[in-house]
Amino acid sequence: MNVERILINALEAGIGLETVVFALAAIGLNVHFGYTGLLNFGQSAFMAMAAYGIGTTVATFDLPLWLGVIFGLLAAVLLALLLGIPTLRLRADYLAIVTIAAAEIVRLTVRSVTFEETFGGSDGRQGFSNDFYSINPYPEGFYGVGRFGFSERPIWVLTVGWTLVALSCLFVFLLMRSPWGRVLKAIREDEDAVRSLGKNVYSYKMQSLVIGGVLGCLGGFILALGRSSIQPDIFGTETTFFAYTVLILGGAARVASPVVGAMIFWVVLSLTDNVLNEAIDAGYVSTSIINNTQVGQFRFMLVGLSLMLLMIFRPQGIFGDRREIALDAR
Amino acid sequence: MPADQTPVDQRTGSTAESGTRRGQRDAAAAALADVPTEPGAAKPDPILVADGVVRQFGGLTAVDVGHVEIQRGAITALIGPNGAGKTTFFNLLTGFDQPDHGTWSFDGKPLSGVAAHRVARLGMVRTFQLTKALSRLTVIENMRLGATGQRGENVFRALFGSIWRSQENEITERADDLLARFQLDAKREDFAGSLSGGQRKLLEMARALMVGPEMVMLDEPMAGVNPALTQSLLGHVKDLREDGMTVLFVEHDMDMVRDISDWVIVMAQGKVIAEGPPDAVMGDQRVIDAYLGSHHDAALTEEEEEAIIVEAEEALARERAEKEESS
Repeated sequence: MNVERILINALEAGIGLETVVFALAAIGLNVHFGYTGLLNFGQSAFMAMAAYGIGTTVATFDLPLWLGVIFGLLAAVLLALLLGIPTLRLRADYLAIVTIAAAEIVRLTVRSVTFEETFGGSDGRQGFSNDFYSINPYPEGFYGVGRFGFSERPIWVLTVGWTLVALSCLFVFLLMRSPWGRVLKAIREDEDAVRSLGKNVYSYKMQSLVIGGVLGCLGGFILALGRSSIQPDIFGTETTFFAYTVLILGGAARVASPVVGAMIFWVVLSLTDNVLNEAIDAGYVSTSIINNTQVGQFRFMLVGLSLMLLMIFRPQGIFGDRREIALDAR
Repeated sequence: MPADQTPVDQRTGSTAESGTRRGQRDAAAAALADVPTEPGAAKPDPILVADGVVRQFGGLTAVDVGHVEIQRGAITALIGPNGAGKTTFFNLLTGFDQPDHGTWSFDGKPLSGVAAHRVARLGMVRTFQLTKALSRLTVIENMRLGATGQRGENVFRALFGSIWRSQENEITERADDLLARFQLDAKREDFAGSLSGGQRKLLEMARALMVGPEMVMLDEPMAGVNPALTQSLLGHVKDLREDGMTVLFVEHDMDMVRDISDWVIVMAQGKVIAEGPPDAVMGDQRVIDAYLGSHHDAALTEEEEEAIIVEAEEALARERAEKEESS
C-alpha cells in the first residue's frame, strides 16, 4: 500500500476542483435551505445555467467568454424568478417538487437532439475555456510541495475558485448578520408570524432564491472552466443531493459549513476509493468480496452510511448548535 | 413556574397603575354609553368598520358579518361558541385570508385585497391562537424583527453595517424596554423555543408592540396560559388601552372578558348575533341560546328523563330491527 499517494490524493481532493464546485453549490443551498427554509432540489439547474451560459456563448456563437459569464448569471436569475413566481406563495413542498422537475427539464432540454446544434446534445460543449486560460498568470510549471501540488492550469482554476468561495462566504456572512438575514431566518421559523409583523415574505423568499441560485451557479462556472468541457449529465439530480449532503455534513445555517462539508465529503470519497483500491491490489481484500470496479459504487454506500451515523449522533452537523436541534421547531 | 409567578405579584400589588387604568376605562365606557346594544350598532369613533364580509368554504358559510364597528381606544372582545367564525373573521380583517364579498376599512383606509404585511404596516397587528414564537431565534432577535422601516432589511444596504448599525441600537433599546415591561429581560439571549407557553404569549404580544401598532388583534391570548400568568397578561392588555391603542381580542374565558373588555361582540354560525357592554351581553337571551342551546335552562324532571330514555330505547330497537331485516 502506497500510503503517501493515498494521503496526497486525499489532500488534493480536499482543495480540488470538486470541493470548490460543491462548496459554492452548497453555499447557495445554505442561503435557500439553511437560512430561509426553502427546499430547492434543483441546484444543479442553476449550475447548468452557468456552465451552458459560457458553453453555448463561446462554443456555439463564438462570442467572448465574459459575455458568456453575464449570460450565465442572467440565466440563473431568470431561472430563480421562473421557479419562484408560481411556487413561493404556496407551501414549502411545492417549491421542492417544482425545482426537482425543473432541473430535469433543463438537463433533458440541453441534451435533446432538437437543440443539438446549440447545446451539443449528450456530448455537451467543449473548447470554450481558451479565453480563461489565456489570462492565466501562472507560468508553466508545477506548484506544490514535493509530490503534492498542481500544474499551472488547475492552480489557476483553483485560485479563482477559492477566491469566489471566500468572497461568497464573506457575502453570506455580511448578509446574515444584518436585519435582512434576520428576516430570512424568521421566515424559516414561521412565515405567517413574519407577515404579521409587516414584512413582505414573498419578496424576501424571492430574493433568497435569486441570491442562493446565483451563488450556486458560480460553482457551475468553475466546473465548466476546470474541466474545459460540459456534459448535460453532470447536472443530474445527484449533483443537487451531493450538495445537500455537503451542507448537512457541515451543519446548515453556518457560514463556513458548506466549505468544510465539501472538504470532508471529497476527502472521505478519495480516501475510501484509494484505500480500497490499494487494499485490493495488494491482496489484503479478496476480489471475491469486492473488486476494483465495485469500489466506485461502494464508496457512495459508505458516504450514505456515514451520513446516517452523523444524523444519529450529531444531527446538527459539524458546526451546528445542539441546542437549536433540541428545540421543537413548531 | 416560579419565574411566571413573581411578575404577577408585582403587578397586582401596584395600586397606582390600576388608578390610571380606571381613567381610560371610564373614558371608553363613557364613549360607548349611548351606543345601542344591538348587532351592527354605530360607534361614536370607529377605527375599524366592516360591511357585508362573507367567507365561504365550499358550501359552508364560515363568516357572514353584515355590519360591525370597533370603537377606537377601547378593548373589544369577540366571543362565540366553537366554530362561530371568530378566527376566520380575524384572518379576513388582517389580510391572512380573502373574503368572497365585503368591504372593510381601518382608520378610514379601505383594506379589501390588501396583503397581510401591508395591513400590519398600516398599524393593525395581530397575534395567533397557536403562538408563533420564532423558535430558533433568540428572544431579543424576535423583538428586533418587529420594528418596521429598518434600513438593514434592504438586501443592498444590509451588506454595510455602518448604514443600519445606529438604527439597530435604537431598536434594541426599545426592545429591551419592552422586554423589561413584559418581564422577559432575563430570557433575552435564550432561544424563543425554550420559553414556556405563557412566556411565548408575552413575547408575541411584546413583539407585536415593536411594530408600533394603533390596533392590536389578539387571537385567544389566554389559551394554554397558567392561571398565575393570566393575571399578568390581563394587566398587559389593559396597559395597551392606557397607551392609546385599540384592542380586539377573541377569547373563551368569560371571567377575563368580563374583567377587561369595554364592549363585547358575540358571533355564532358566522354572524354577529349580539353586542353590548359585557354584563348586558352575558344576560342576553340570544347569547345564552347560542352558547348553551335554547332549552338549556329548563330543568330535567324525572318524567322527562324517563321519556327520553324510553324514546332512546325505542330508537335503538328500531335500528336493530332494521339491521336484522337488511341482513
